[in-house]
Amino acid sequence: MAQYITKRVVMAIVTIFIILLMLFIMLRFMPGSPFNDEKLNDTQIEQLNEKYGLNKPIQVQFFNYVINVMKGDFGVSYSISKDSDISVMLNTRVKVSFRIGGQAVLLGAIIGLLLGIAAALNHNTFADTLCTVISVLGVSLPSYVFGLALAYFVGFKAGWLPLLYDEKQTFLSSVMPTIALCMFTVATVARFTRSEMLEVLGSEYMLLAESKGIYGPKLIYRHALRNALIPILTVLAPLVVDLMIGSLVIEKIFAIPGIGSLMVTAIQSNDYNVTIAIAFIYSAMYIFLMLIVDILYGIIDPRIRLSNKE
Amino acid sequence: MQDNYILRIKDLSIDFQTTAGIVHAIRGVDIDLERGETMAIVGESGSGKSVTAKAIMGILSNNATVRSGVVEFHMDNETSETVVDLLKMDKKEIRQNINGKQIAMVFQDPMTSLNPLMTIGKQIMEGVLWHYDYTKEAAYNRALELLELVGITDAKKRMKSYPHQLSGGMRQRVVIAIALACNPNLLICDEPTTALDVTIQAKILELIKDIQEKTGISVIYITHDLGVVAKVADKVNVMYAGKIVEKGNIDEIFYEPKHPYTWALLSAMPDLNTNDERLYALPGTPPNLLQEIKGDAFAPRNEYALKIDKRLEPPMFKVSDTHFAATWLLHPKAPKIAMPEALQNKIQRMREGA
Ligand SMILES: Nc1ncnc2c1ncn2[C@@H]1O[C@H](COP(=O)(O)OP(=O)(O)OP(=O)(O)O)[C@@H](O)[C@H]1O
Ligand SMILES: [Mg+2]
Repeated sequence: MAQYITKRVVMAIVTIFIILLMLFIMLRFMPGSPFNDEKLNDTQIEQLNEKYGLNKPIQVQFFNYVINVMKGDFGVSYSISKDSDISVMLNTRVKVSFRIGGQAVLLGAIIGLLLGIAAALNHNTFADTLCTVISVLGVSLPSYVFGLALAYFVGFKAGWLPLLYDEKQTFLSSVMPTIALCMFTVATVARFTRSEMLEVLGSEYMLLAESKGIYGPKLIYRHALRNALIPILTVLAPLVVDLMIGSLVIEKIFAIPGIGSLMVTAIQSNDYNVTIAIAFIYSAMYIFLMLIVDILYGIIDPRIRLSNKE
Repeated sequence: MQDNYILRIKDLSIDFQTTAGIVHAIRGVDIDLERGETMAIVGESGSGKSVTAKAIMGILSNNATVRSGVVEFHMDNETSETVVDLLKMDKKEIRQNINGKQIAMVFQDPMTSLNPLMTIGKQIMEGVLWHYDYTKEAAYNRALELLELVGITDAKKRMKSYPHQLSGGMRQRVVIAIALACNPNLLICDEPTTALDVTIQAKILELIKDIQEKTGISVIYITHDLGVVAKVADKVNVMYAGKIVEKGNIDEIFYEPKHPYTWALLSAMPDLNTNDERLYALPGTPPNLLQEIKGDAFAPRNEYALKIDKRLEPPMFKVSDTHFAATWLLHPKAPKIAMPEALQNKIQRMREGA
């Protein structure tokens, strides 16, 4: 197991470097410059490039960048908020976004699992049909539709929850965005859980467990769910990507001061450093999640855990 | 006479609801099993052997309906014997009182019948921990004992193994150990050797026989291979299209078969004593169980079929006290038709070989 985990961690670190390199190169070759301003003359631009180190050879720029990132320093913003430290700019925003994202993943996964299990155990009944309907809705409607509907009915008409993000009521403000964001996760996890559970429930080892006399929650948890969980874990990481994309719009709808809305602004204003920083945070988080999923695989499945022994 | 039955199935009929319609998988099965006996159920794929076994275990899939019948099980509680109808018990009752403790089952494919995420030890211990208040230690010792009983060496080490670390033959031994954990009185083996290679097949067969002799457990042995039947069974039920078409002692079925379907099965059995014969293959396919069957289900494939076979289903004719067959050929007015000559010769050779 230790060997398995070490291997995964090394792979994760290597991936992060490759991503950093790709992000850096991509942005360097993008048209436009943060100093695309007609009021600046050539010498002024020269000076600005000098000041931010943009005239150094590209490999030096990348090397410096990696060193700085490791120190937690993403440099300064060029244009959005001139010369202010990106790490400071991001600090509170990351917390807000991660909180809402984390809540959405957790809530979505839990509800999705329960829904999928209920559907599979009551195959071909009303509960099953309900689960299918929710899955289809959740997958086919983008999260901003749920966001707008919630904002209109719950926030505006009923006035139960703050319509726009309110620094003084952070939890209440996060409820609607969380629900809007988690719908896709609920739907996908429910659909997957249902089909995986159905497959496992029809397997011979379930029959064997039943013919031992096992029934009830123990049968479901110990024999069915654990086996169904392995493929379900696989969809969890890609789901987080969908969630991040969803958050770009959702943060705008609810005026949430998170990194999603900042990312959109940064791209619009060619603010390289900010864009790279946020893209990097997204990728790092995704890779970290994949790592967790891989480790969970190992914990659940002895075939993976023991594969590099013997 | 004190009856010594452990299981009596009477007129069992089971349908399956499918998208294509209703499958009449079991159409009036009668089976009697005495204590300590090994009984084989033989038949082609799809004849309903597994469904019958699952009905006894109470593990039929949700789309199954029992149309008629009783499955009488004689529960033996040391002091008294109670007779229960397994079909009348609900799932929970049957899990608590029957499964594992009274009746246990070994499945066809040991590659898929063990939980891949649990150690062998845990899977063997699970039964006794679940049904009885064994301590962990007592359960552990019981599991070791069982592993030794089924001939697994290195039992202590194997307790910690996962299914994927064992060969097919070993896994089937483990499945047998799991089945025996709570000392059941009836063991159902559903094609336990079909998925294994020949040398291992023989060993598993021997193991089951051995256990049967040691513990006096009753065994239902399901197979499509008459060669296997000859090695394990006292009695044989030949099954075709959801019905028992012939039943008798092993000698009666092998040496004096009466049903043309049994003739066909025997003819198709590989014969090691001769090399001048090409292997007989049964023509045609079993009937479609989605349709109501008129007359004898085997008639369309039966070269000896009579006119009446197309109209009327034959009843069970008695050949001896233990031997019955459902074919109109046994009717007193039926033309005298003997089994094919090649088969007669084969049986002659079997008798001499035995
Ligand atoms: N869950 C089910 N739903 C629908 N039909 C089923 C189901 N289970 C079994 N059947 C049908 O019942 C019939 C008998 O099946 P069964 O599994 O008992 O055959 P079998 O004699 O065990 O054959 P095999 O030698 O292939 O194991 C088959 O026609 C099969 O298609
Ligand atoms: Mg079968």
